[in-house]
Amino acid sequence: MKKEYLARSLVILFILVAVTIPFAGQWLSGRNQPAAIELHARMPENGGWSPDTIQAEVSQPIHLHITSDDVVHGFAIGKSDQPALEIIPGEFIETTLIFDKPGKYTFYCNRWCGPNHWRMRGTIEVSGTGTPLALDPQPLFLKLGIDIDAPQPAKTIPSKTTSAERGAQFAGLLPAYAKNRDTYLSTSPENLWLRLRAEATLSNLSDNDLWDAVTWIWLQQTTMDALANGQKLFANNCAACHGETGKGDGVMVRGLPVWNPGLHSSGDSPHLSTGEGFVSPPDFTDPKNMLGASPALLEGKIIRGGMGTGMPYWGPIFTAKQIEDIVSYIYTFVWGFSNQE
Amino acid sequence: MTRLDLTHISWTQTLLRSRWPQFLLRAITLAGFVFTIFAGLFGSVVGSHNFAIIFVWIAWWTALKLFFIPFGGRSWCSICPIPMPGEWLQNGGILQPCGKGIGLGKRWPKAMRGSWLQAGGFLMVGLFGAVTLTSPLVTAIVLMVILLLALILSLVFERRSFCNYLCPIGGFTGLYAQVGPVEVRVKDADICAAHDEKVCYDACPWGLYPLALKSSANCGLCMECLRVCPTDNIAVNLRPWGSDLGSKTKHNLDEAFLGLVMLASALVDSAIFLGPWGQLKSAAYAIGSLPWLLFAGVFIVVALGILPGLYIAAVWASMRLGAIKTTLRQSLAQFSQLLVPLGMMAWIAFTISFAFAKFSYVLPVISDPLGWGWNLIGMSGTSWVGQSTSFSLLLQVVLLAVGLFWASRVARRITESVKQALPLIAFSIIFSLSMLWLLIG
Repeated sequence: MKKEYLARSLVILFILVAVTIPFAGQWLSGRNQPAAIELHARMPENGGWSPDTIQAEVSQPIHLHITSDDVVHGFAIGKSDQPALEIIPGEFIETTLIFDKPGKYTFYCNRWCGPNHWRMRGTIEVSGTGTPLALDPQPLFLKLGIDIDAPQPAKTIPSKTTSAERGAQFAGLLPAYAKNRDTYLSTSPENLWLRLRAEATLSNLSDNDLWDAVTWIWLQQTTMDALANGQKLFANNCAACHGETGKGDGVMVRGLPVWNPGLHSSGDSPHLSTGEGFVSPPDFTDPKNMLGASPALLEGKIIRGGMGTGMPYWGPIFTAKQIEDIVSYIYTFVWGFSNQE
Repeated sequence: MTRLDLTHISWTQTLLRSRWPQFLLRAITLAGFVFTIFAGLFGSVVGSHNFAIIFVWIAWWTALKLFFIPFGGRSWCSICPIPMPGEWLQNGGILQPCGKGIGLGKRWPKAMRGSWLQAGGFLMVGLFGAVTLTSPLVTAIVLMVILLLALILSLVFERRSFCNYLCPIGGFTGLYAQVGPVEVRVKDADICAAHDEKVCYDACPWGLYPLALKSSANCGLCMECLRVCPTDNIAVNLRPWGSDLGSKTKHNLDEAFLGLVMLASALVDSAIFLGPWGQLKSAAYAIGSLPWLLFAGVFIVVALGILPGLYIAAVWASMRLGAIKTTLRQSLAQFSQLLVPLGMMAWIAFTISFAFAKFSYVLPVISDPLGWGWNLIGMSGTSWVGQSTSFSLLLQVVLLAVGLFWASRVARRITESVKQALPLIAFSIIFSLSMLWLLIG
């Protein structure tokens, strides 16, 4: 009987050890570490970030212990220069963040983790004293009252590939307003072309000469560095749907109905996580799709997203400069100009 | 055939006869089982970082097929933690039966005997395998349900009814234990015949009478008969592989079914886990979806239609070519023996294909069993995704070839002529080639 009791005690002891290991290990490994917030990354279909709201205090470091529960994700803070972290399934990565201004910050996944990748966003609410985070100025499309939900197809387009180089010859002939930044931002290439076409002083230029001039104007408003940056941002964030070459044939939209202006419904209601109502984006290399849109309109589409197409909103993610670079870059699809040339 | 009786060696006899070594192993596996459930429930949801997935489906499942069965037959069953709580209650004692146990002790219903339910269970494991094998939570739930089911059945039915008739792994292990190199047999049949108290039968949790043992399929190697025999008449023999197969042993139709389900499962698992078909993989994972139903349908058609169809055709052809005066049913049962070496070598080859590559997960998961970011033994984050080496590929080809050769030899031994064995060999060739294509192709 003594042996039986010994056996019973051993069974109980072994099971207790088995059950204690998780608690003991947790205690041991957490002993020397500052309190950290455990942040789990999941595909939006599996619940997205957990937690998706993090509270913080100005100037107080927050320690994040981040892991992925499904596929490889990224962790990045919107409108910040901090390099993104790669989050590997089942592995923990630690990072410490300090915010010096109170306000709302967006953290997001920057890896194409799934069809609803862009929904994978969370908020860091930083409270405390200090100059609050500057609010974004009102986007130009709102000031100008542009309806970004309405299709803007161009009716007048060049009959051949335009050239900024040829356009440069006519620079001296162009009226001052044509080279003005405000004109550029608020006017579509088509409208600027129509305005220039109506100028008596330019009447001896051919239609295509004028298109070359417009191309030159557009490229004057940016720099090679900005275009390179725009290209990088486009490749990382937009190409999965819009396609590397801007044709609207990215991997995420294959099999979706092709965009056409008729589908361009008002409002942004069909933002369903099922992807229902999503369409593959318009072909940016088609002048009809691009030349009717002003930089302000494109900027608005990037900031707000929607349009009933499944286009995400990037307002909290990109800085104004980054959006500007992307806008400059996407016009190059139609100008037949690429950064490599 | 030569046998080496381990009870003739004093230290092995002490190891086998004493209850302590086995008890300690059982207590450790039970604690490990509890820990596995804990890890599955509360640990990382990422399978490759959770003890439950790596230890159950990589370490244990591999060890069972590469070590326990080929070198010990049903040796795993002798230390399996699943039936233990129920058996202890039945016995009224943990170390040894104490007379007063709990349980209704009912006989298992006759209609449900044999390995039919085990084969069905194995089929279910295959149908839901893609998720069970990758989700720690599902693994933990399955383990809990099995533990609970075994406990409840032990309280209602006598002895190890769960192991004998329900446990899918019991079916798998029992089938292939027939070719394992260990057996429990009586030393001298006359001594048993003269002994009118069947203490060994009363003590056997598996309900076997050692004197009548012809096959090791249902013997769990628990050594209870050895411990209670008053005349030390029980032998634990090391024997040549494949000893239970031959023209003299008796086999039932359920074995044919079990053997065919195992072959089909080996094919389907190879196709899902090793094949290049992404759609098949996602279909197997998306339980309940239309693609999954399609996958399940194909699986069932292969397991219950195509393979049995080919087997029946082979057996029928073999009967036509010989003079055996048996019914088709009897021949289906008798010829099922060739499915044993064929299946076992296929499972070993399948296991080799992923075991080398995946074994590197074992140490990191000991270092961080719950995937909570610990580093207990400094091995976290050291896993590498191994590649199938040409050695592993060659080994798989050799193993399949051995299986085919072995099955052909068995076919020849259980038939009257080479001509009669030919259809059975043809069946074995078709299976082996399909397996070869899935593993190597």
